[in-house]
Order: sequence, then C-alpha cells, then structure tokens
Amino acid sequence: MESDDDDFMSVASSADDFMGTQGSDDESLGDDFGDDFDGGFSKDRDIVATARKPYEVDQKVLSPEDIEREQNLQVNEVSSILGLPPESSAILLRFGRWNREKLIESYMDHPEQTLDDAGLGTNFESTPKAQVVSGFMCDICCEDSDDLETYAMRCGHRFCVDCYRHYLAQKIREEGEAARIQCPGNECHMIVDSKSLSLLVTSDLRERYRTLLTRTYVDDKENLKWCPAPNCEYAVDCHVKQRELNHIVPTVQCDCKHHFCFGCSLNDHQPAPCTLVKMWLQKCEDDSETANWISANTKECPKCSSTIEKNGGCNHMTCRKCKHEFCWMCMGLWSEHGTSWYNCNRFEEKSGSDARTEQARSRASLERYLHYYNRYANHEQSAKLDKDLYLKTEKKMTSLQSSSNLSWIEVQFLDTASQTLQECRQTLKWTYAFAYYLARNNLTEIFEDNQKDLEMAVESLSEMFEKPVNELANLKVDILDKTAYCNKRRVILLSYTADNLKKGEWLFNVKW
Amino acid sequence: MFASKRLGKELMKMQEHLPPGISIVKSENLEEWQMDIKVLDDNPLYQNEIYRLKFTFGSKYPIEPPEVQFIEIKPTSTEPPETKRPIPIHPHIYSNGIICLDLLSSAGWSPVQTVESICMSIQSMLTANTRDERPPGDSDFVSYNRRRPRDINFMYDDDNV
Repeated sequence: MESDDDDFMSVASSADDFMGTQGSDDESLGDDFGDDFDGGFSKDRDIVATARKPYEVDQKVLSPEDIEREQNLQVNEVSSILGLPPESSAILLRFGRWNREKLIESYMDHPEQTLDDAGLGTNFESTPKAQVVSGFMCDICCEDSDDLETYAMRCGHRFCVDCYRHYLAQKIREEGEAARIQCPGNECHMIVDSKSLSLLVTSDLRERYRTLLTRTYVDDKENLKWCPAPNCEYAVDCHVKQRELNHIVPTVQCDCKHHFCFGCSLNDHQPAPCTLVKMWLQKCEDDSETANWISANTKECPKCSSTIEKNGGCNHMTCRKCKHEFCWMCMGLWSEHGTSWYNCNRFEEKSGSDARTEQARSRASLERYLHYYNRYANHEQSAKLDKDLYLKTEKKMTSLQSSSNLSWIEVQFLDTASQTLQECRQTLKWTYAFAYYLARNNLTEIFEDNQKDLEMAVESLSEMFEKPVNELANLKVDILDKTAYCNKRRVILLSYTADNLKKGEWLFNVKW
Repeated sequence: MFASKRLGKELMKMQEHLPPGISIVKSENLEEWQMDIKVLDDNPLYQNEIYRLKFTFGSKYPIEPPEVQFIEIKPTSTEPPETKRPIPIHPHIYSNGIICLDLLSSAGWSPVQTVESICMSIQSMLTANTRDERPPGDSDFVSYNRRRPRDINFMYDDDNV
C-alpha cells in the first residue's frame, strides 16, 4: 500500500516522523507480547538507565500526534504484511486490541473467520464510492428521486448519502462511537471504515472521529494511559503491568508536570501500593468521621460490644441488644452497685476492671486507625495549602528581590524549596496509609526512622519557609541545605520501601 | 422533516397490508402512534389477549430508534370488556410497560427497522417466552424509575428469552 493515497488518517505521516519513532516503537511492540514478568525491569534497561532510582520507572510521554503516528505505523505495517487496505487493517487491529502478533496468527490460520469476526467481510474487489443508482429507494428515508446519491460499503447495503451522513453524525456526535460503528443495515455487522467515513462526513466530524479513535487506541493498550490532569491531552507510555502492581508503585510524570500513578491514575501515592491506597481511601471515606465521633462519644456494651451513645440520663445502662445491665461510669455489672444508685463511686471492682480491659482492647484498634488517619489527613491538609504556598512564594520572591540585592535567579531557591515541601508532604501522607497496613518486622523500625527523619526535615524547612521576608535572604544557605536534605531523605525513604516491595519483604496485616 | 416522509411511507405501506395479529390504532400525527398486537400461536401466557404498544418518534427517527412501550387500558364499567389492554407478562417487560429489548436501544437499532418490523419482533419475543414472570427488581424499578426508556442502560444479559 502506498502511503500517499491513504487519506484515512492524513496527519503527520511523513518519512521523517516515521524514522523518529521507529526505534522506540519497536520496543513498545515487542514488550507488548512478551509475557515475562520483568517486562518493566529487564536487564538491558537497567544498564541503559543507570541513574534510575529503585522507585522510578521507565516512561515516555506521547502527544496526540505521537499517538496517531504510532497507530499509523502499526496499521501500515499490518497492512503490508497481510496485503489488506490500511483502513481495513485498522479495523482488524482495533478488533484484536492492537495485539499484532496474535492477530496475524489468527488471520493466517482462518482469514475469512477473522475478517468476519472483525466486521470486515471478505469481499475486497470493489472500491466503494458514492453513486447514483437508477430505480433506487433508500430504506431509511424512503427517498427515490432519480438523482439520489447513494453509498454502500462492501457489504452491499445501499442507502442515500444523506441518510448515511445523518447516521454517522448521530453515532459520532451523540453516541461518541467511532471504532465500532456498524453498517446501518439490520443485522449487518460490517464496521464503517475510515475511508468510507471520510467520503461521507464533514471535516469537523472527521476530526471528532479521529479523536475518538485515538481514545480507543490508548484505552486498548495496556502500556498507555491518559494523563488524568484536567485539559491535558498527553498519554504516558509505561510498561508496568497490572499484575506487577503489588511489587511496584509506578509513578510517572506527564509533560504537563502532573505526577500520577500509572497503575491507578490517582495522584502520586508512593510509597503505598495501589491496592492498599484503594483500601485506605475506602476506609477513610467510610470510617474516619464516624470513627472520630465514636471514639469521643460512645462506649461499648461490655457483654456484646454494641456501640452505645449515652445521650443524657442516669448511669444505669441497659443494652438494647443483649439487655445487659451495666454502669456507664465504671462499666461494671449494675447488680453489684448495691444501693449506690445513680452514682458510681466504686473503684477497682473486678467486673468493672475486666469490662474496661475489654473495652480498651477494642478501642485500641480504633485509636490505632485514628493515629494514622490524623497524620495522613494533616499532611493532606498541608498539601492542599501547597497552592497558596506556591503563590505566596512568588510574591515573596518578588519582594525579596526588591528588598535585598539578590537577583531573580538567586531567589529561585524559594521556588525549589516550595516544590520540595509539596513533594515531601505528599510522600509523607502516604507513608501513614502504608504504615497502617504494615505488620511489624525488622524492616518497620527502619521505615519508621526514615519517616521520622523526613518528617522532621520537612517541618523544619516549613518553619524556615514561613519566616518574614526580611529574614529570608539571610536564611538562603540554610534553606538550600534543608531543601537538599529533605530531597535526600525522601529518596532514601522511597528507595528503601520500593526495594523491599520489589523483593516482597514487607509484611502486611491485611490480605490484598 | 426527516421523520415525516418516512413515517408517511410506512403508514401507506401498512394501510395496504399488515402481517397477521398487528393492527393500527392511532396514527393521526407523526409524533405518537399506537398499535395493537396479538400473539398468534397457542402460548397459554398470552391466549385471547390483545396488547397495546405506544410508539413515540423523535425528530431524528429513523436514525434514532423510536420509544416503544406497552400501555395498559382498564375498561370502566360502561365500556365493553373487549377494550381491555393489559401489560403482557414477560421477563423483559416491566409492569409499567417498559420493554427491555436490544433492538430498541441506540446500539442495537438499525435505521432500516420499521414500526411493522418492531411489532413483529415484539410478537415473536412474546411467542418464544415460557416464563410467567416479570424482570427481577420489577417493583423497585416501577416505583423509582423516572427516566425515559431510552435513557436507561439495560443490561442485555439474557439472550434466551
């Protein structure tokens, strides 16, 4: 197939572009079909990327043009291997979810079956074009004038061009459909190909159609993900597979500067793995407010552990559920209270102290959760203030410039410090979610030390950062040092957790 | 303008000839038609009953599917009992008349389908059914659903009925 007559995707398919992405693209194709576990961290990759830290992953950012180019490259390749028109090969590839090897194999084994399943039909002789057919009546609009322009794909179901156009517009604009638009005919599964489409619709719809196709391409490929930042059009190429997510937290950075997790598309949540993050977020959504309130306002029935709120009245409690009678003050049996009704001044009676121990045990797990949650929430709150902080930084930098004899370049240290603070708080926040699910072993102590070191460094940098402007110039060296130290502590913490995660050394108190 | 010419033609054709068990009740305007259908074989579930279908056409018909549902008519004491039109019992027909049928969704619709072909499809959907039951969750759906049938995402999980 010659590349100059394929108007099915006409953007940027010059020879230069092809050369530009060839190397890396071969790589992406190869990996796609390799089923070995260490696809993401094979040996030669480690040799090439010597500077990579244990918690970093190989990634590449793709613009919409890159994605389209990548698609075209594969389409043309399959087209030349199978000897099919590119628009048909595109349908085949989409049908096979871009698994080129598998597709070619299936086509070689059962060509007709494969074409049929993909919605292509097997008749490749005629080249469909719009034409006037005498004596024709359109089954959709019932129009039958003599000069009616009509169109039929290779399936032979003929409709007037106007109806075809309306039909396609409906599918593309209203239903957001592109890759799976079928022939308007009843029970006909022939997919409308890009060549037919561009013959029939206006340019704005063609544009929309291409966007939708690109979207399905990224959605279909396991190694591609859209950047979730609002209005960002880039996708990230990364070879970490879903099944590797228990051993690696693949944070990627888009060219729009957004850091996100390639596994789950949430904001960067290193060092906690995706599954734990999901569990944690769910738990916080369900429990945090309630747990706080429960902890402050309720006690549990000493017998059946139902949670009870005392909203006034005397200390004589009767559990609604198990009818156990106890004293709210000492948690002991009410029957032992003898005559001191409605007033508990007893201390250290056996039944009371047993009940309190039991109570304490169940409260301990709640307290444990709240311990981690409060620290997590605190860093999250601080992270939310980051935006303000950043804006303030800019103002500080400007006023520092005018109040001291520092140049613009020389006040950049504040910008760097602010960014470091943001990153470190984000990391710290997730260390608490991670720690909540961590069972104690030899590693946890080192982890907690790392966490403490980073937290102390961050707090002291944060304190310096908030000093009045006139003191900042004198603090420059200190701030620079502290910033570097924070970054170093963060790298150490993340490397340590990532290394052990890869080796499966962490013990968790939950199954996941 | 799109719908009117096509519906005019459909009506003309149906006035000339209609398949057995299908009749036109109301077709004066081009927004809403009503059709009566009967099940022709001796399926005991639908014996001696006539059912009424209401078709609502949008301006994009037949590019978009029409909205089709059963309507219930309970004759008052002064009306003859033959005017009764119940909602047929079927695992894909809710008791408020809403029909869960792939053909009527935008994904399963083909602009080549007609009022007549829809009636025939529904006829055969009834004929083939042996289950004397409503869809699961019928009572909840009927009391809480305020959406129009076209906006509901049915799951076509059962192709056997």
